[in-house]
Amino acid sequence: MSIDKDKIKHISKLARISVDEKKIDGLAKDLSSIFKFIEQLNELNTDKVEPLTSILNEPLRSRKDEVTDGKIREKILENSPQKNEEFFVVPKVIE
Amino acid sequence: MTDICKKSLTELVRLIKKKEIKSEEITQSFIKNINNDKKLNTFITNCSEEALNKAKNFDKSPKLDTLLPGVPIAVKDLFCTEGVKTTAGSKMLENFVPNYESTITNNLWNEGAFLLGKLNCDEYAMGSSNETSYFGNVTNPIAENTVPGGSSGGSASALAADLTPATIGTDTGGSIRQPASFTGTVGLKPTYGLCSRWGIVAFASSLDQAGPMTKTVEDCSLMLEAMASFDKKDSTSINKKKENYSKNLTDNIKGLKIGIPKEYRVDSMPNEIDKLWENGKNLLKDSGAEIVDISLPNTKYALPTYYIVAPAEASSNLARYDGVKYGFRSTKGNNLIEMYENTRSEGFGDEVKRRILIGTYVLSSGYYDAYYIKAQKVRQLIKNDFDQSFKKVDAILTPSTPNSAFKIGEKKDDPISMYLNDIFTVPVNLAGLPAISIPAGTDNNNYPLGLQLIGKPLHEQKLLNIAYATEKKINFKQHLNRWWEK
Repeated sequence: MSIDKDKIKHISKLARISVDEKKIDGLAKDLSSIFKFIEQLNELNTDKVEPLTSILNEPLRSRKDEVTDGKIREKILENSPQKNEEFFVVPKVIE
Repeated sequence: MTDICKKSLTELVRLIKKKEIKSEEITQSFIKNINNDKKLNTFITNCSEEALNKAKNFDKSPKLDTLLPGVPIAVKDLFCTEGVKTTAGSKMLENFVPNYESTITNNLWNEGAFLLGKLNCDEYAMGSSNETSYFGNVTNPIAENTVPGGSSGGSASALAADLTPATIGTDTGGSIRQPASFTGTVGLKPTYGLCSRWGIVAFASSLDQAGPMTKTVEDCSLMLEAMASFDKKDSTSINKKKENYSKNLTDNIKGLKIGIPKEYRVDSMPNEIDKLWENGKNLLKDSGAEIVDISLPNTKYALPTYYIVAPAEASSNLARYDGVKYGFRSTKGNNLIEMYENTRSEGFGDEVKRRILIGTYVLSSGYYDAYYIKAQKVRQLIKNDFDQSFKKVDAILTPSTPNSAFKIGEKKDDPISMYLNDIFTVPVNLAGLPAISIPAGTDNNNYPLGLQLIGKPLHEQKLLNIAYATEKKINFKQHLNRWWEK
């Protein structure tokens, strides 16, 4: 499949990445060649194959639902780009 | 002792245990080498001062009953280290200081080692040449202007240039084995689930696995022993008894069966690599192993499968970088959505963005079945191929890479030719198997080339033994003229 400009705009919207208008053509070319490469898989008939869901031979473990950590608010907030006392700060979302 | 930094990890540990050398002396020697590495650009964060203090403290009351007593070790900057900047080679995490320690590094420190610094890598481990790092490309010590491979390129270069006695990397599609091959060093990707992923910056969670990078197979067994552990904090960690890989290492591999997959002979492969592979077969025969021809028919579909599965998981994992809780935030934008979009656009590099976009697309409504489910079906077929072969053989021998180290910039503008570098390493990750790359010879330019041995799940000991026997026969010696110090 070839990936055109509109498709790039749509995907970048979904991925929440703004794409520079000047870079869209190059990106479309790169992604088109990658998808051409990926689509080799269509040569294979996989109608009777179950998709792999885990490469581990054992089932996933479950654990007790209990609190094992916490009370580290100060530490967590240290890495925040913008904070206000005990809160993360983001641009206004409610008018 | 002038050649401290050239010694193997095993030898350094032996000298420390016999009290013939102090941790401080070792640490000083490596720091001296690190201070001359500017042209290689292997370190993102240098922890020399703290390392020297730890060495001095160790020497005051040496605790010798550990695996890595008093050994300074630099690690890939993808492992979270408490109180020490962890960047993943990205602008997004340029100033990120974790307040927790990854399980793997914690295991190393519990065995007596301490941190020497954080090593450069491709951004979020996405790359095969260490050219995608926000902190600049790394150079391979084998020659000026050559790439060290990637994504653990800083780790491989630092190790080969004697800037750390051993190191650790992560391997999602070949990121330990390909740089090991390019730098003439040993690199092991363990069975998926043997080493905890907790505290490692995530790329593609069903493929990511941490592993040792060392100068010798013996060192590799020692490091793996220190790293591997069951970890409740990683839901895919395998609960098994710890093994003494270094103590049980033997070069007796008589009667073991080694498979040679015909599909790994690719058209574009240079003659030298074919010869090297042939030589490897003969050496294994000399050691008493039996060579068996096998077939892994779906090998050619491994890379296309990988380039659906890995970006899909990456797009999901990297959704967390939104400029709110940690990491970079753009100052541009008038509302929350624009802040997200600008943060991710400015914070991620081109290759990372490319993969997030591929991943987003293959998971999007209407395309999920055609791409993602299709890939997971082919992944099952690739795993079945290995399962069938391992009924007949104990391990599989292949080249590690289809070429030796290439020039910086040579493949940068052609993503497909860059991706093809991982053609021999990617199938192993898709099937969750252990595999090791060992230096096996050189090409016409005198650049190192590696051979890869692939094992059954959790058969690391057998894999290490075969690698150990092969290494002894090959007797690879690398002489670097240390051009970067001039």
